[in-house]
Amino acid sequence: MLDATPKEFNERTSGGMINPAKTCQPIGAMYAALGVHGCLPHSHGSQGCCSFHRMHLTRHFRDPVMASTSSFTEGASVFGGGANLKTAIKNIFQIYNPEIIAVHTTCLTETIGDDIPSIIKEADIPEGKVVFHANTPSYQGSHITGFSNMTKAMVGYFAEASAAIKKEQVNLIPGFVNPGDMREIKRIAHLMGAPFIMFPDTSGVVDTPMTGEFVMFPKGGTTLGELGDSGNSKLTVALGRFASSDAAEALAKKCKVPAVTLKTPIGIKATDALVMALRRAFVREVPWELEEERGQLVDIMTDTHFHFHGKKVAIFGDPDIVTGLAEFAVSLGMAPVHVLTGTPGGAIGSDVGSFEEDIAAIVGQAGLKANIKAGGDLFTLHQLIKNEPVDLLIGNTYGKYIARAEDVPFVRVGFPILDRSVHSYLPVVGYRGAMRLIEMIAGALLDRQDRDAADEDFELVM
Amino acid sequence: MAMTLEQISEMLAKYPVKVEKNRKKHIVIKDSAAGRQEIEANTRTIPGIITNRGCAYAGCKGVVLGPLKDMVHITHGPIGCAFYTWGARRNKARSEDPGQNFMNYCVSTDMQESDIVFGGEKKLAKVIDEVAEIFKPKAITVSATCPVGLIGDDINAVAKAAEERLGIPILAFSCEGYKGVSQSAGHHIANNGLMERVIGAGEREEADGKYPINILGEYNIGGDSWEIERILEEVGYTVVSVMTGDGSYEDLQNAHTAELNLVQCHRSINYIAGMLETKYGTPWLKVNFIGVAATAESLRNMAAYFDDPALTARTEEVIARELARVEPQLEQYRKLCEGKTAFCFVGGSRGHHYQGLFAELGIDTVLAGYEFAHRDDYEGREVIPEIKTDADSKNIPDLHVSADERRFRLKMSPERLAELKRQIPLSYYAGMNADMADGTIMVDDLNHYETEEFIKLLKPDIFASGIKDKYVVQKMGIPAKQLHSYDYSGPYAGFNGAVNFARDVSMGFVSPTWNFIVPPWKDEPLLTGSVTEEGVA
Ligand code: SF4
Ligand code: SF4
Repeated sequence: MLDATPKEFNERTSGGMINPAKTCQPIGAMYAALGVHGCLPHSHGSQGCCSFHRMHLTRHFRDPVMASTSSFTEGASVFGGGANLKTAIKNIFQIYNPEIIAVHTTCLTETIGDDIPSIIKEADIPEGKVVFHANTPSYQGSHITGFSNMTKAMVGYFAEASAAIKKEQVNLIPGFVNPGDMREIKRIAHLMGAPFIMFPDTSGVVDTPMTGEFVMFPKGGTTLGELGDSGNSKLTVALGRFASSDAAEALAKKCKVPAVTLKTPIGIKATDALVMALRRAFVREVPWELEEERGQLVDIMTDTHFHFHGKKVAIFGDPDIVTGLAEFAVSLGMAPVHVLTGTPGGAIGSDVGSFEEDIAAIVGQAGLKANIKAGGDLFTLHQLIKNEPVDLLIGNTYGKYIARAEDVPFVRVGFPILDRSVHSYLPVVGYRGAMRLIEMIAGALLDRQDRDAADEDFELVM
Repeated sequence: MAMTLEQISEMLAKYPVKVEKNRKKHIVIKDSAAGRQEIEANTRTIPGIITNRGCAYAGCKGVVLGPLKDMVHITHGPIGCAFYTWGARRNKARSEDPGQNFMNYCVSTDMQESDIVFGGEKKLAKVIDEVAEIFKPKAITVSATCPVGLIGDDINAVAKAAEERLGIPILAFSCEGYKGVSQSAGHHIANNGLMERVIGAGEREEADGKYPINILGEYNIGGDSWEIERILEEVGYTVVSVMTGDGSYEDLQNAHTAELNLVQCHRSINYIAGMLETKYGTPWLKVNFIGVAATAESLRNMAAYFDDPALTARTEEVIARELARVEPQLEQYRKLCEGKTAFCFVGGSRGHHYQGLFAELGIDTVLAGYEFAHRDDYEGREVIPEIKTDADSKNIPDLHVSADERRFRLKMSPERLAELKRQIPLSYYAGMNADMADGTIMVDDLNHYETEEFIKLLKPDIFASGIKDKYVVQKMGIPAKQLHSYDYSGPYAGFNGAVNFARDVSMGFVSPTWNFIVPPWKDEPLLTGSVTEEGVA
């Protein structure tokens, strides 16, 4: 497996990627748009991109992922895609009848410079229907950037400060996480008695129940009304700097909604931060139910710390997720030695901080040092692991090649996960998500210990 | 349940007029009394229609080039295109020299904004150098994605310069996704490149064993090719190369030494098949290794071609032995499948091939179609002269080859060839239509709306298609079988494959999981329940 990867580092200055740890903007934009109720994402470009993005999202969620395309041909690529988009809009409303179309661009349409707002203005849009858009050139950033851009577009198009005084409600921007995570964040907000608007919200869209009936626009998703009302909230909590803070800042600017950016609430510290933010904002005591959960989590952590302590771990994936995972690994007493994301360290066009600095601070507080890399690829990660082996690898499905090559226990967290199911239904965020992470990590480590043990060392109780 | 033209018209009436007019031509109800029935194919998908189709890049790099294991495939473009074609198609490959097996690698130039603005040629050149230095491959391919053509990067020039610099072949493919109307354009582009640069580049004048053949259009999804090769080798054939499943640059170079080319997927590889005939005088035989009967027939046709009593005897021996082995296994599954109906909508050949296997299990295919095929894949190759080139097909250059003076050799007398052509599909494909039953439906580029509507009308028991519609169909309570990826099972080809397929399809029918869709409380009025159990007042 991956036998062609040498241990010695090669000088690579081209900027090319070998086994990437990121993908392109539109897939993130498509995913974000699915989190709006009654919305059909539309990929403005050749149909290949749309096909790829639907394919990958479908494999990850194992649920229908509906999206349309402008189906460019060479002519459109040369003369511009205005006609294609207008035809598409007309056809989509007549045939599929969504409430909203969310247009995102592709590399092709960005390169030719199609002016989407002007095209939308000229398009034939039925009464009461809405078309909005985000520019998502994949030659910048990553799929996380695309998610962020589409989320920001929701603010730009819909958020309105229509009320004279801000309402007792909070905007929760969950970031590029699974519907299971979004549900957990909402549950925590409920427990905290905080009225909220979550956007985007893909729960109820890509984790739909089996009913014997296909519903093209399922129950879930943030409604247009809620998106409008987000301008009246008294606070926005952006979870994850890379995926969510841009939208929060846009909302602050447009509607004067104060924003705080927190880490994606993976692990005990980041979840505490979310709970504290809500507690302060709504002056509500943390209910026993949540405190009990937290106590259970700490109980598990202390009871099992010897499974984790001092274990070396390599973590890769999307920056917000990796940051949360690294922090939780440190909370468990583990040592993150290689931490890598494929997304560039500072999101394009915004002032979000550096991935490297964030991670360095997290491991630094524990007196540890790590190889930290933003904009990296899995070829590099593999070489790092060859040079400094680890006890555990955490990341998306693409890590399985390295895990096999180096015979390292592997825990799947993040996007995409293509070879296991259920992951998108259950959270990794919140206290309960942290428990689940411990179960997954301990399972991987102890299964390995069991597998490798000599008969005489094989333990019944561990 | 047969469908009427009126029902189809009713279904299409929901479309805007232009769409309705267009889609009508892509749908045909089979009627053998009507003679050859024309179907429109390989034309543009209408913007806004939710199609299953992909792009030329996907057909070139993703389908044809990707499985070649000893070449490093570089995608020149922004990151996504490369990412999505990494390991996603299940082309299995093994190598005696694992250090030269690059199947699990994905290389992209990851173009950035500055590359789009100032051109990406320098970056591409650098990536090629790095790849050559790190992996030391025998050869490298470069595939272009949409922005590349638009900004005018000359990937051919970059490849040529790198080739001179590095001393290994570097093949450039201008397979920008906007070319053509689907993956199909990319197949053609890949075929041209392989024919021009790889096939025939080897030194060998003769193959190493008896009855040398190439297998074309077989991508070793789930190990299909290995099952086919197992059977062919048992009969006594020498497989020179497979295009391109578990294939290699090394083997492809000497593909000209084969005496016969087998064509499994006609759509994706017929260009090479045709060019091999022109250049080396090697005819191609349309085979179908999906299903027991089709496999046996293909083997018999091959034997007829080589016309050697020993080979024919051995062929019958293998068929008899294999049938005796798999028939009892199939019989047990047939009991579970008998009388059911299927939709079979797949890429470019499977939509046809799997109908036979379904039939062997007692399943009738009531609707079938291709995602990206041409009219000849439906109507047979005789229709080719009739197909007009349009703006979209014009931009895929045809490669014109001529007879290789040194290596061209007629494999038999023209008279015998003509005689043989009357018996077996030699350099000929009859298309899907010929095998469809009257009243069944053919749909080209089936889209989401039509999928839903046809399901409601025809209520198939199983739907064979791809990942994008799989869960749509399953939500309707109908098992969907991915025939691009086999739902991560396989092989499905050959004799063993038929059994695997039967097992998997049966599993879809009998899985107890379908029984839980309706919750028990939907069937019981609330009040009776509470009175008897609790005695509620
Ligand atoms: S062209 Fe751009 S948008 Fe399309 S798949 Fe490639 S990277 Fe993604
Ligand atoms: S950009 Fe072009 S080449 Fe890449 S996936 Fe999209 S259509 Fe295909």
